[in-house]
Amino acid sequence: MEPVLELRGITKRFPGVLANDQISIDLKKGEIHALLGENGAGKTTLMNILYGLYKPDEGEIFVKGKKLEVSSPRDAIHAGVGMVHQHFMLVPVFTVTENVMLGDEYLLPGGLLDRKKAANRILEISQQYNLAVEPGSYIKDLPVGIQQRVEIIKLLFRHADILILDEPTAVLTPQEVNELFSIMKKLVEQGKSIIFITHKLREVMEFADRITVIRGGKVVGTTLPKETNQKQLASMMVGRQIELNIKKEAAVTGDPVLQVNDLKVLNTSHQVAVDNVSFEVRAGEVLGIAGVQGNGQTELVRCLTGLTRPVAGKITLLGKNVTHANAKTVKEIGTAHIPEDRQKDGLVLPYSIEDNLILNTWYEAPYARRNILQRKVILDYANKLVKRFDIRAPNALTATSHLSGGNQQKVIVAREFSRPIKFLVASQPTRGLDVGSIEYIHQRIIEKRDQGCAVLLVSTELDEVMQLSDRIAVMYRGQILAVVDARKTTREEIGLLMAGVKQAAV
Amino acid sequence: MTTSEQKQKKTGSFSIFIEEIRKNSLTVTILAIVSGLLVGGLIAAVTSENVYAAFGESFLAGIGAIFTVFWNTYKALFTGSVGVPADIIAAISSGSWDAINRSLAPFFESLVQATPYIFAGLAVALGFRVGLFNIGAEGQIFVGALATVWVATSLKGWPALVHVPLALLAGAAAGGFWGMIPGWLKAKTGAHEVINTIMMNYIAFRLSEYLLNGVLGDPNKATPISAPIEKSAWLPRLFPDPNRFHWGFFVALLMAFLVYWLLFKTTWGYELRTVGHNPNAARYAGMSITRSIVITMVLSGALAGLAGANEVLGVNHNLGVAFSSGYGFDSIALALLGNSHPLGVVLAALLFGFLRNGAIQMQLTAGIPIDIISVLQALILAFIAAPAIIRTIYRLKEPKPELETPAVETKKGK
Amino acid sequence: MAQSSVISSKQTDYISPARRTTMGVVFLVMALTIWFGFVISTTSDALTTFVLYPGGSDVVVADLIFASRPILNILAFLCAGLGAYQLAKGFGKWTNTLLGVVAGLFIAAFLVWGSSGTSLNLAGLLKVAVVRAVPLTLGAFSGIFCERSGVFNIAIEGMMLTAAFCAALFGSLVNIWFGLFTAVLSGILLAYVLAVLSIKYKVNQIISGTVINIFATGITSFLSAKFLQRHSELNDSGRFTTWNIPGLSEIPFFGPILFSHNMFIYAMFIFTAVLTVLFFYTRWGLRTRAVGEHPKAADTLGINVNRTRYISVLIGGAMAGFAGAYFVLGSVGRFDEVMTAGRGFVGLAAMIFGNWNPIGSLGAGMLFGFADSLASKLAILKVPIPNKFLEMAPYLVTMIVLAGVVGRGQPPAAGGQPYEKE
Repeated sequence: MEPVLELRGITKRFPGVLANDQISIDLKKGEIHALLGENGAGKTTLMNILYGLYKPDEGEIFVKGKKLEVSSPRDAIHAGVGMVHQHFMLVPVFTVTENVMLGDEYLLPGGLLDRKKAANRILEISQQYNLAVEPGSYIKDLPVGIQQRVEIIKLLFRHADILILDEPTAVLTPQEVNELFSIMKKLVEQGKSIIFITHKLREVMEFADRITVIRGGKVVGTTLPKETNQKQLASMMVGRQIELNIKKEAAVTGDPVLQVNDLKVLNTSHQVAVDNVSFEVRAGEVLGIAGVQGNGQTELVRCLTGLTRPVAGKITLLGKNVTHANAKTVKEIGTAHIPEDRQKDGLVLPYSIEDNLILNTWYEAPYARRNILQRKVILDYANKLVKRFDIRAPNALTATSHLSGGNQQKVIVAREFSRPIKFLVASQPTRGLDVGSIEYIHQRIIEKRDQGCAVLLVSTELDEVMQLSDRIAVMYRGQILAVVDARKTTREEIGLLMAGVKQAAV
Repeated sequence: MTTSEQKQKKTGSFSIFIEEIRKNSLTVTILAIVSGLLVGGLIAAVTSENVYAAFGESFLAGIGAIFTVFWNTYKALFTGSVGVPADIIAAISSGSWDAINRSLAPFFESLVQATPYIFAGLAVALGFRVGLFNIGAEGQIFVGALATVWVATSLKGWPALVHVPLALLAGAAAGGFWGMIPGWLKAKTGAHEVINTIMMNYIAFRLSEYLLNGVLGDPNKATPISAPIEKSAWLPRLFPDPNRFHWGFFVALLMAFLVYWLLFKTTWGYELRTVGHNPNAARYAGMSITRSIVITMVLSGALAGLAGANEVLGVNHNLGVAFSSGYGFDSIALALLGNSHPLGVVLAALLFGFLRNGAIQMQLTAGIPIDIISVLQALILAFIAAPAIIRTIYRLKEPKPELETPAVETKKGK
Repeated sequence: MAQSSVISSKQTDYISPARRTTMGVVFLVMALTIWFGFVISTTSDALTTFVLYPGGSDVVVADLIFASRPILNILAFLCAGLGAYQLAKGFGKWTNTLLGVVAGLFIAAFLVWGSSGTSLNLAGLLKVAVVRAVPLTLGAFSGIFCERSGVFNIAIEGMMLTAAFCAALFGSLVNIWFGLFTAVLSGILLAYVLAVLSIKYKVNQIISGTVINIFATGITSFLSAKFLQRHSELNDSGRFTTWNIPGLSEIPFFGPILFSHNMFIYAMFIFTAVLTVLFFYTRWGLRTRAVGEHPKAADTLGINVNRTRYISVLIGGAMAGFAGAYFVLGSVGRFDEVMTAGRGFVGLAAMIFGNWNPIGSLGAGMLFGFADSLASKLAILKVPIPNKFLEMAPYLVTMIVLAGVVGRGQPPAAGGQPYEKE
C-alpha cells in the first residue's frame, strides 16, 4: 500500500548543528508510527519542517504520492497534515469554539462570525471521536487533558487525516494517557494516520504499530514492537549499552532533616495547590515525590525553599522552624536547590559561568569583603569548579547562555554541591538532558545521599523516581496519597496512585 | 500563566533587548551618530527657502545651496559648541586671560549643557541595568528642582558650604521619592513602571504649576516662576562671566563614578544586575526583588532629581514651569547610546551637550530652530536601537554569533 | 509556562476578604467625607442651583433648585448604607460596579456642596466633558488597535501632535478636509515607522514609541518655528462647524449635551460601536486578538502574525491622526507648539482604565473628560481645592487601576513582544 506520508532525505542545519541529516520516514494509512529519540535528537525539528514552521535545506515531502511544498502551517493543514504541539497552541482567553475556528472561521452572510455553526460542528466531531468538550467554555478554565482534546478537534475541524502528536503524554496522568491512546485508536480506526513523537520507551512498546528511532539527527532504524524490547530500543536511542538501573547501596538513614506538618500552599491564582501535606526526609535517604506535572509539586518545592509562604502548617529544617523563612535563610541553614526550570530560575543566562557560580554566595567571604566583590578569588574558585565538575566550556568567563543544557545543569550542580549542604531539593533535575548528563547527575545525587545528605527528589519521570528513591511519596491534587518503600513497590501501584486511586492496603 | 509571571517575562525580554543593544560595535554607534547628523542637515536643507530659490535658478546652484546650508549648519554647530578656532588661537597667543576665557566660553557652555544630561542619563541607564524603564526622569527632574528651589530660597544666611549640599540633597531626595512610588508599585503589585512613570510625569507637571503659581512663585512676577535663589545656594562658578561653567559638572562626574562602582564592584551591584537580568533567578538566590526594584528606582529618581537641582543651582538660579526641555526623554536616547554604562553615558551626554549648545548658535546664525536637535536625537536613538538599519545602509557585516554549539531543543525551554 | 496547579478548574470571581473590607471602608470614608467635609460646611438654608442647559443653547429647561443639606444627607446615607452592606456581606462580583456607584454619589455630593449658595451650569459642565473626552477616547482607540495586536503604542502623543500640525498647515493651504486627510496620513506614516522598528527590527516597543515622541515634538516645533510662526496665514485652518442633529438635539437637557457638536464628537460615538463589532464579532477581530494573545497559536493556524500587526498598527496610527486633527480642526483652528499637552498619554490611560475595550475606553475617556471639565469650573465654584489637583485625577486613577486596587485588567498577553518564528 502506498504510504500517506513520505519524507525523503530531509536535512536541516542550524548554525553549528546538523539537526536533521538525510532523514527518510514513511507513514501508512491507519497506522500509529512512533518517532523515538532522546531530547535533542532532532524529532521536533523534523516535525516542524513537515508542518511548515521550518524550511528544510534538502529533501522532499510527499503526501498521498503528491509532492508537498510547505512554506507555512497553512499549506500543511490544506494538505491534511495537522500537529498537536508539545506546548498547546491555544489562546487562554478564547472559548473552545473561538480557538477551534480561528483561521478557518464560519461567517454569517453579513460577514460576522457564526459561532453557533462552529460550535455545532465541534459537537459533531466530539461525538464522532469520543472527544467530550464544552464549546462555550474558556480554555483557561480547562484542565490540560481537555485542552489536548481541543487541539485534536482543531485538526479534525480542518479535515486533517495525518496527525502529528509531539510528546503528547508529558502532561497527562497514566489514566489520561490511556484515554488518549483509546482516542488515538479510534482515530486510526476511522482512517486517520498518526505520527507520535516521544522519548518514553514504554509507551512506544505498548501503543505503536511501528517505531522509528532517531539519534543525533539521523534515522538509526525502524522496527516493530514485537520484534524488539525496551533495552534494545534504549541502546538504539542512545548509541551504546546503557544501564537502565543505577547502582546504589541500601540507605543508611539518620535523623530527620526536614519535617513538614499539615502544609498548605496556594498557587499564584490563589487556589490551594498543596493541601495538608505532611512528611519527613531523613539524613542519608532519597525521598522521591512522584506525580503528574501540575499536582502541587512545583508549589511544594517553592514553599520548602522559601520562595513562597505557606498559608498553614509547619516546616522544620534541622530543628529550626523555617515555616516563614525566606530563600536566603533556608539556604544558609544548609539547603541546596536544583530548580525545576534551570534557565528561568537557576541561571542568569547572560552572566558568565563565574558569576553564576556565586549566585548563592555572592555576599559571603571569601567572595566578597566589606561588600566589595573579590574578583580574583571568585575566578580561581570558578576555574576549580569548571575542572572538577567537567563543565565543557572554553573558560569560566563564557556566558552560560552559550552552554548546552547538560553543561548548564552542571553549573547549577557545581554551585549547589560545593557548599556544605545537609538538605538537597532536586526538582526535575534531568529534564531535557541527554542520557550521558542524566547518568552524571544521578550519580552525583546518590553520592550526596551517601555522604549523609537528605535528598528530596521531585520528578514527573516515574522511572527516575523509582531508580533513585529510597521512599516514594505520590502527590495527587495537592495531597500526598501515600508514602511507599521504593524497594517493595511496583510501577503499577505508583501509577494508580498518580491517577488518584488510593488502595487500602498501602 | 499569571499576570505577575508575564510581567517578569517582559522584564526579561526587555533586558535581553538592552543586552542586544550593548553588543553594538563602536562602528555602528559612530555611524548612527553621523547618520543622524546627516539626516538632520538634510532636513535643514529641505526646509531652507534659499535652497528652493537656488533650484529655481539652476540645478547646480540648487546643489550648491544645499552644500552651503550643510556647511553653514555644521559650522554654526561647531563654533557654537566648541568656539571659533581662530579666536581661540588668537586669544591664547595674546595671553590675556579674559580673551581666553571668552574664546573658550562656548566649549565650557557645552559642558554646562551636558551636565544635566549626565545626571538624567545615569538615572535612565541605572534603571536599564536593573531591567527597569524609568521613562519618568522628566517628572523627577521637576520635583527635584522644586525641592531644591524651596531649600535654596527659604533658607537665608546659611554658609554656601552647607547650603549648596543641602539644596542638592533636597533635589535628590524629592526625585528619589518620585521614583520610589512607581518602583514600589511595580515591586508590590506588578504595575508596569512605564505607564506609572509617565503618569507621575504629568502629576509632577501639574504639581509644579500649582506650586509655582502659589507658595513657590515669585509674587512680583505675573508668570509662574520662582523667586531667585539665595546666592549662598549657587553652585560656584569657576570662571568669570560669560563663562557659566560650574561645579555641577564635577558633581555629575563623581556620580558617574559612583554608579559605576556600585554596579560593577560591589555586592549590591551584583544583586541589582542579577535582578535586572533574571528576577526569578535572583529570587531563587535569596535576593529581594522588591528591595532591589525600589532601591533602583529611588537612586534613579535621585539622579534625575539632581539634574533638576543642578539646573536650578548652577544655571538658572530660579525655576520656571518650562525649565526642563525634555531632558528626561532625551536621556533615554542617551542611555542607550552610552550602552547603559556610566562611562558611555558621560560620553553620550557630552555629545548631546555639545549638540544642544551648538544648536543655540545655529538658531542665531543659520536661522535653524533649536528643535532640530530633538529630531537629531530621535534619529540617533532609532539608529542605535535598530542597528540593522545602519548595517543595511553601510553594508556592514552582521556580527558573528559567538555560539559554539547551541542546543537546539533545549533553547525552546523558555 | 509554569505549572501552576489548578485544583478547582472553574475560575471564580474571587474577591479576597481583605479587599471586601477595604472597599467597605472606602465607601464609609466617602460617606464620612460627605458628612464632615460637605454637610458641616453647608449652611442649613443654602440652596443649590443646577442650570440644565448649556450657555448659548436654545433648548431652555427650568433650573433645578433644591436645598443643599438634605440632599447631601441623603447621598451620605446611601454611601454609608452601601458601605455597611459591603462590610457585613459584601457585593461579591458586583463590588467594582458598586465602587463606581458610590464614586458617582460622591461626585454628585461634591457638586451639590460646591454649588450650594450659588448656581452651577451642570449641562455646560457635562457638554464640555463630552468634548474633552474626544481626543482621550480616540487616543485610547488608537492604543486598542495597536495593543490588541500585541504592539505597545506609547507614541499616540507624538502621532497626535504631528497630525495636529499637518491639519493646521494643510488645512490652511487647501481646506479642512484636506487637512483632515493629511492628519490621518501623518498618523499612518508615524505608525508605519513604529511598526517597522517594532516588528521588522524588533526594537523594544517602548523605545520605538519614544523615538516617535521625541521626533514628533522636535519636527513640529521646528517646522512651526520655521514657517507657521512667521507666516500666520499658514496657521489658520478653520474648523468643522457644529451640526445639530435634527430632532435629537431638541431633547431637553440631553440634546444640547450630546447632539449639538461638530463631527469629531459624533465620530467618537460611531467609532465606539464600530470597534466593538470589529473586534468581537468579525473574523478580523478574532484573528487580531489571537495575534495579540498567542501569536504562535495564530501562526500555526496560518495567520500571518506580522502582517496582522502591521495592519492593526497602521489603523491605530490613522486613529491617532484623526484624534490629532481634532485639536486643530475640531477645536481651536490653529497649531501651537506641544499643543497636545500629554493628552495622548491620558488616552493611553483611558485605554488601560477601559480594559482594552472600546466601550470601556469611551467610559474612561468621558470620566477623564469630566475631571478636566470640572477642573476648569472649580474657580467658579469657589471650592477650596486647587484645580491643578483635579487635573491630576486621570493620572492618579490610572495608577490606582494599574495597582490592581479595583481589580486588575486583562492586557493582551503577548503585548510588547516581537514575534519570532523559532
